[in-house]
Formats: sequence, C-alpha cells, structure tokens
Amino acid sequence: MIDPKVLERHGLKPDEYDRIVAFMGREPNLTELGIFSVMWSEHCSYKSSRVHLKTLPTGGPQVLQGPGENAGAVDIGDGLAAVFKIESHNHPSFIEPYQGAATGVGGIIRDIFTMGARPIALLNSLRFGSLEVPATRRLLEGVVAGIAGYGNSIGIPTVGGEIAFEPSYAGNPLVNVFCLGISKATDIIKGVASGAGNAVYYVGAKTGRDGIHGATMASAEFDDKSAEKRPAVQVGDPFMEKLLLEACLEVMQTDALVGIQDMGAAGLTCSTTEMGSRGGAGVEIDVAKVPQRETGMTPYEIMLSESQERMLLVVKRGREAEVERIFDKWDLHASHIGEVTTDGMLRVKEHGKVVAEIPNRALTDEAPVYRRPMIEPDYLRNVRKLDLDALGPRDARLRDDTSVLLALLGSPAISSKRWVYSQYDHMVRTNTINLPGMGAGVVRIKDTDRALAMSVDGNGRYCYLDPRRGAMLAVAEAARNVACAGARPLAATNCLNFGNPERPAIMWQLAQAVEGIGEACRALDTPITGGNVSLYNETDGKAIYPTPVIGVVGLLEHADRVVSRRFQVAGDAVVLLGEGRGELGGSEYLKVAHGVVQGEPPLLDLKAERALQQLLVDLAGARLVRSAHDCSDGGLAVTLAECTFDTAGIGADLSIDDVSVAGTAEINRAAALFGESASRAVVSAAPDATAEILKRAKAADVPARMIGRTGGHELRIAVGGHVAVSVPISEAERIWSNTIEHHFAKRVA
Amino acid sequence: MMKFAVVVFPGSNCDHDAYYAASHVLGQRVDLIWHKDTDLKGADAVILPGGFAHGDYLRTGAMARFSPIMREVQSFASRGGPVLGICNGFQILLEAGLLPGAMLRNRNLKFLCQHVYVRVEQTDTPFTSASHRGQVLRLPIAHGEGNYFAEPDVIARLEANRQVIFRYTNADGDVTSDGNPNGSAASIAGLCNEARNVVGLMPHPERACERALGSADGLVILESAVQSIRTGALVARA
Repeated sequence: MIDPKVLERHGLKPDEYDRIVAFMGREPNLTELGIFSVMWSEHCSYKSSRVHLKTLPTGGPQVLQGPGENAGAVDIGDGLAAVFKIESHNHPSFIEPYQGAATGVGGIIRDIFTMGARPIALLNSLRFGSLEVPATRRLLEGVVAGIAGYGNSIGIPTVGGEIAFEPSYAGNPLVNVFCLGISKATDIIKGVASGAGNAVYYVGAKTGRDGIHGATMASAEFDDKSAEKRPAVQVGDPFMEKLLLEACLEVMQTDALVGIQDMGAAGLTCSTTEMGSRGGAGVEIDVAKVPQRETGMTPYEIMLSESQERMLLVVKRGREAEVERIFDKWDLHASHIGEVTTDGMLRVKEHGKVVAEIPNRALTDEAPVYRRPMIEPDYLRNVRKLDLDALGPRDARLRDDTSVLLALLGSPAISSKRWVYSQYDHMVRTNTINLPGMGAGVVRIKDTDRALAMSVDGNGRYCYLDPRRGAMLAVAEAARNVACAGARPLAATNCLNFGNPERPAIMWQLAQAVEGIGEACRALDTPITGGNVSLYNETDGKAIYPTPVIGVVGLLEHADRVVSRRFQVAGDAVVLLGEGRGELGGSEYLKVAHGVVQGEPPLLDLKAERALQQLLVDLAGARLVRSAHDCSDGGLAVTLAECTFDTAGIGADLSIDDVSVAGTAEINRAAALFGESASRAVVSAAPDATAEILKRAKAADVPARMIGRTGGHELRIAVGGHVAVSVPISEAERIWSNTIEHHFAKRVA
Repeated sequence: MMKFAVVVFPGSNCDHDAYYAASHVLGQRVDLIWHKDTDLKGADAVILPGGFAHGDYLRTGAMARFSPIMREVQSFASRGGPVLGICNGFQILLEAGLLPGAMLRNRNLKFLCQHVYVRVEQTDTPFTSASHRGQVLRLPIAHGEGNYFAEPDVIARLEANRQVIFRYTNADGDVTSDGNPNGSAASIAGLCNEARNVVGLMPHPERACERALGSADGLVILESAVQSIRTGALVARA
C-alpha cells in the first residue's frame, strides 16, 4: 500500500520510512504516514538546521522564554515582557503573493497572542528580483497589499521593515514577518497540554481542504510546475483572527486555560503533537467533532489541512462553560474535540474509531536530525577577489561624485520605501513614536515611561560573499539601528532563508551564517529567543543569496528620549562616530556604478561595535544628540543625505577624511564617500554639546570627530579638503523619494 | 466631567485609541459600549471609532449599521446628541443614512496611511466649536476607501447648507489636487447632518492628540465636544 511513489509524494526518503516502521513496529496507515510526513518535514522538524541552531546563544538574565515555544520573551521592566518572533512565508508568497503574504502576517500574529501577549507592532523584511522586471512589480504589489490587507484590518501597526532587490530572488522572493507583543511577565502562556482528562478545544475558522501539505511544499524546491500548487496556499480572514485575538486574550484573563497553540504549518497535527509533547502527555481527538467547511473530508485531510485562523486550547476540566461563554460573546464557536491523556500518544479517532495512533515522541524528539555534508562553494574563490585598480570604467552617466550619490539614492535598495509603508497602517494603537523611514520602529508602552525599538536587517549580498561575516553584520546592523533610536538592544530573533540543504555548498553557507550570528549575538549580548528556518529557496536549481534576517528588540527607559535619523535644526554640529576604512567589497556602489558584486564584505570588530552602540544609547539617554543615523548601504555619503531628508530642507556642510585604497583618485574618493565600513553612525547635536559628546566617545574608546554643521539648503561634502558632492537637498530628496513610484509609472507609460 | 461612549463593533480597531485620547489625554469619562448592547449608559457624546467592523467584506460599514446599538445611536442623534464617526465610523454613518453620500476606493486604489492637512470649514458643530474657521489641522489618514462621493445635487445641497465641515488642503490651507489624498469629491474630508450634531470625518483626530505622536492638532475636535457639553450648547443625553 505504501509504495515508493506515495513516499515521494509525501517528501519522505526510503530510510526515513524504514525508521517510521521500526519505531511503530508496524506499517503506518496513510493517515499516519501523512502525519509523519509533515512532522518530519524540514519546515516542522528543522532536521537539517537543528544541530547548528543548538550552538546559538539563547540565555541571559533578560530572557524569560527562549526558543522552543511559539515565540520568545524578554523582560522589559515594570513587570512586563516583550514577546516577539520572525517567521517566513516565502514559498506561499511566490505562488500567490497577496494571500501568501497575508497569511504570513496572520501566522506570526497568532504565535504572539498565543503566548498571552497583545500584539502591538509588526515589521517585515522582503526580497525581490530586479524592479525592472514586470513580474517583480506584480509580486511586490501583491505582497505589500497582502501584508497591508491583513495587518491594517486586524489593527496592528506595521512600524518598519526593509526591502532589497537582487536578481537572485527573482524566482523565489522572501517574505519575512516579525511581530511583537506585550504581556505581564508573570502571565506568559505556553503551548502545553497536561492534566489527564482536561478538555481539548478547537476554535476559529472551519477546516477545509486548503493548504494540505503546505509544510511539505515549503520543504521542496520550485520548478515550472509550482504554479500548479496554488491550492496548497491558504486564504486569510483577518476579521476572524481579530475575533480570535480578542476572545483568546479574554480567555487568558481567566485561569481556566492550561495551554494554547495556533494551528499553523501542519495544522491540527502539529498543534496536538507539540502541545502533548511539551506537557509530557498525550492528546486524543475525534476528527468528526472538528468543524468542517467541506463535506466528505477524510481524517487524513482534516489532520493535514492548513486552513487559517484556528486555535487549539486545553481547558481545565469543569471550567468548559466559562470558556465557551467568552467565545460565544465574540460569535465564535469553541468545539470540544478531545481530551488530554497520560499515555503520551497522539490518538486520532473518527466517530470513536481509532484511525491513527502514534507516540508523540516519534513525531518530535525522534524526528530525524541530519548532520548534512558541507563544502565551501567554488564560486567564492572568484567573487572574493576584488582588484580596485582593475575595475572596468564607471557607468558613463556617473561623471562625478554627486551623480554617483544621486544614482545610489535612486537605487531601489536605498531609495525611500514610502510607496510601501504608506500602504501599511503604521499609527493604529497610537503608540508609534518613530514612524517608518525614520530608523528603527519605536512604539511607546502606555502607562509606563518606556518604549521599545525594533529593527529587521539582513544583507544577502554580503552573505553571498561571506556568509559568516555577512550574518554578523546583519546582527550588528539591526542592533545598531535600535541603538541609534536610543534603545539598549535586548535580544534577537532570526529568520534563516537558504537554498536546498541537501547540497553541501548550501549547507556550508547555513552553518557559516549560524556561526556568525552566534558570535555576534554573544558579543552584543542579544541572545536569540526564537525564529524560523526557511530552506529550499531555489527555483530550477538556482538558490537565492544566503539570507539570514535578524530582528533585534531594544528598550528605551524614557520614551521621550527617542531619536530619529533626521537633522532637527540648522546650525547643529554633525559628528561621525566610528571610523571608515574605505571598504568597497560587496558595496551598493560597486553594484550601481560598476555592475560588480565582488570582494569581501566590511570587517566587523564586535568590540568596537558594542562600544559604539553603548555610546549611542548613552548619548540619547543624556539628551546630548538630536538625531542619529547608522551607516550602511551606500556608505557615509548616503547616510548624510538621508539625515537631511524629511527635514523641510535642512542641508549640511561637511568634510570627511580621504582614504587610499586604490591607484586612482576617483576610486579613493568613492571609497571615502560610499565605502560601507561597519560600526559607524552620524549624530547631530547642539554646538555646545559637542565637547561632551567627544569626551564621552573618548571614554568609550569610540573614534569621534566633528565633520561639519547643519544648515543651508544644500548637501556639501568635501573629501580630504576638496568639495566632492554638492547638491540641493530638494533635488536629492526628489530622486530618493520617487524611485519605486517611477518603476510602477513606467509600466503605465 | 462629561462622558463619551465609544462603540465597539467586532473588527473595530481604533476603539482603544479613541478611549485613550478621551480619557487619558482629555481626562473625561469614557465607556466602551459593545455593539450588542442596547444602552448608551447616559453618554453625553458618542464616538463610532475606526477599524473594519465585521471585517468590511461587503461595503465598508454595511454590516455595522444592523448592530443592535445602532438603533440607540440613531435615536440619540435624532434627539440632538453629538455623534462623531471617525474613518470606519464615518463609513458606518453613511451606510446608516445618518449622513449623505458614499465612499469609493481611494483614487490610487491603495490603502493610504499618512499625515494630511484638513481645513476647518464650519465651527457651528459640537466637534469644531473650539476651533476657528479656516484653521488648518495636520491629521493622519489610514483608509482604503475614503474617496467621498455624492451626486452633484447632493454636493450642492451640502455646500448650500454649510454641511462640509473639513476639507483636504495643502499645508497653507488651499484646496489643491495634491492636497486631496484620495480623490474625494469637493475635497470633502468630513461633513455633518442638517441638524449639525452628527459629524463624520475620514482623518483620525484621536491619533493626533499628543506631540509625541507627531501632531496634537486633533485635540481641538474632542475638546470642542467637551466645551459644547459644558456650555450647555447641547443638552441631549443618552
């Protein structure tokens, strides 16, 4: 009955099947095989990444909940916890952009309120192919509309994010969504089933045939038949989720609840198994009692469906009526579908007859773990070499430094993302005190003095050139963005987007990146409290850039000391913190001006990075700075330009050091202006605060130097004493503001 | 102290923002009233907040008008009680027939969240009495369907009766095409009924009541209600 074809359709390898038979002591039936296939899929079991993920730092005095639950949690003082996680929805978003992205938002929101936290902010990190390609614009439009459609409707603000465009994502866009919620530190709720005889409840949307094998789909590569997998993508209902959110938070106010988990990937299977496994108990359900949207559904289909907006609850015996009453108020029907048992089995019945019976342990702890072979990929030998003196001629239109700066400001990677974030409600809940585009997203916590800053970052190009350093730089940048807002970085979450782990070169990228994340998180004291791994991001055998995306959450003790990237007044001093080394490897400059993706990404001295971040937090806390902006894509010149945007035209006159990294003056100036050396930030301050800033920088061992003043309506930057860039702010800002709109307008023209 | 009632529909999501602005910022009493309730609990003024009532899968606001509390809101309004509909609340007022016209999708067919400028056109309503005519307010919008539409004769009547209360403008208070974010007819951002006690607007004054949020210009709208009640300009009570 179970032949090789059936196994292949379930994404199970023959040796994995042998393992199932050995563990069960018999052949599984089809329902059982389906259950194994989703629980042992890469998506649910982390079988390729688990040995590496175990090396990540996950503890610290601030950590209330590390990996293993629905989300991580950190202590933010005043008896409160921040609960947060990032998750991917890459594969569904490629197949059906609007619903794929929308249900990604729905899924991560459920992970947060499942923990007993009220979700208060969303971020997203997106990757697409070149914006020149019509298919990219269609995907971008659909994904952004899907994120907006779900987040706006449910009333959780999307307060920030990042987007990059690289050809490697053309056939496999990335949609990573981050959500953060707040709960009382003592009220965190876990996804456990325990206490024999306690009731298992199903609440939310009815179960349909949508999304069957979504987890298996997310664990396979794409090919030209992927479009046929559309039925495996689910449809989101944000209104249902809003009701679930409010009703579940209300139920959590009672003490009738033992545990709760959302039905995400692998639906009813994963939630029953994981809850039982965490509680050291068994769960027995009858699928005939599961509310169904379609007729004639088999136990197999019901167990594997990934219909959205469904929750599984374990309720204390005798308290059922109380819980049902709350759901009734919200017009939700809670169905009593089973009980907690003591035998550690997942037992599925249909009208009382057992149709599947598997030890929980076999599905979770006994799931295969692979130490897959790794090998350093060949391409690295070629791309790491960068001879700045052998670069081809610069694009002829880029005749001077000013035109290079304008080209960078107009590149999709650097340009304003207003077209995107204006479609997201970023103000609902009236907590957003640093709006999108102003640096890290910052939300105040009402009834306290505090605020939380958050940022998601990643640079696939850097990771392509050096996965380990690229991943470290992603951690550093996310934490630096948070520190620029004045917040002390507390903890991190990661979303690891890679190709097919069965290929040794991909596995090597993954392992290197995880090592880099671990090292950076240890040095910056931002433990990883959870996250997600998305593998098989390939189309027709071509992998995406290795793309670890890092979300960092930081704490502002005083919400009113939040700092944005914008210059505030004319006449302020502009101070550069950190030191440029003229590093052009992997830079946006090389890509835009020379069409080259080559070299080594910038060096990262984690000690210097930590010192810089602590200094930024210190300066903001002492109200010494009026703006702060980190240096990243496009280097110092782009950072300085961005400081002048959205200021109603406050310019600046600046002078920076020259560097000598090549044989030509043109490249040396480019390296000074557009080099992407890490661990740098630009701050502005009242002139009489400058001495104190420089003093504190010296004490913190951070190089610092005043590089000019704000004022006028031009951006002027001299390199080594000679004016290199000179442009009216209005012109630079216009180019920076309209890039994405222009790409959409082109289509109409 | 006056008392606001903020109606909570399933799918409302600015209910707590209105609650917070009226209670914490303005220091007034506020009750959150569930849509299945049939009693406004003695409120002096009613706010229908923003959000996506019942998911807005049909036309925005189309389902909410059938909620039990709406009968009470209608009766309160007919007795002259001040009612403010914000964003989805405005759409519900249109669907309930308390205000004329309808909403179309935004001109660019996209949801838009940004700060805009609106000009106060009339001050003889309970929600603009503390402002001055021509005052330009910087307020956020956040909607996908805020493109106000009514037949030309209806617009003409609204103008003749001075029922247009807020108009989209540029920062200088001039009505321009660029200042109109969603394509609304006659740049209408908000209007009132003939009795002038029911006001609806698409921008969110409750999101602009504190400097920390980028603007405190919305405060004058809620303060107007407080002042109207205190001076006895309105006497109806739920």
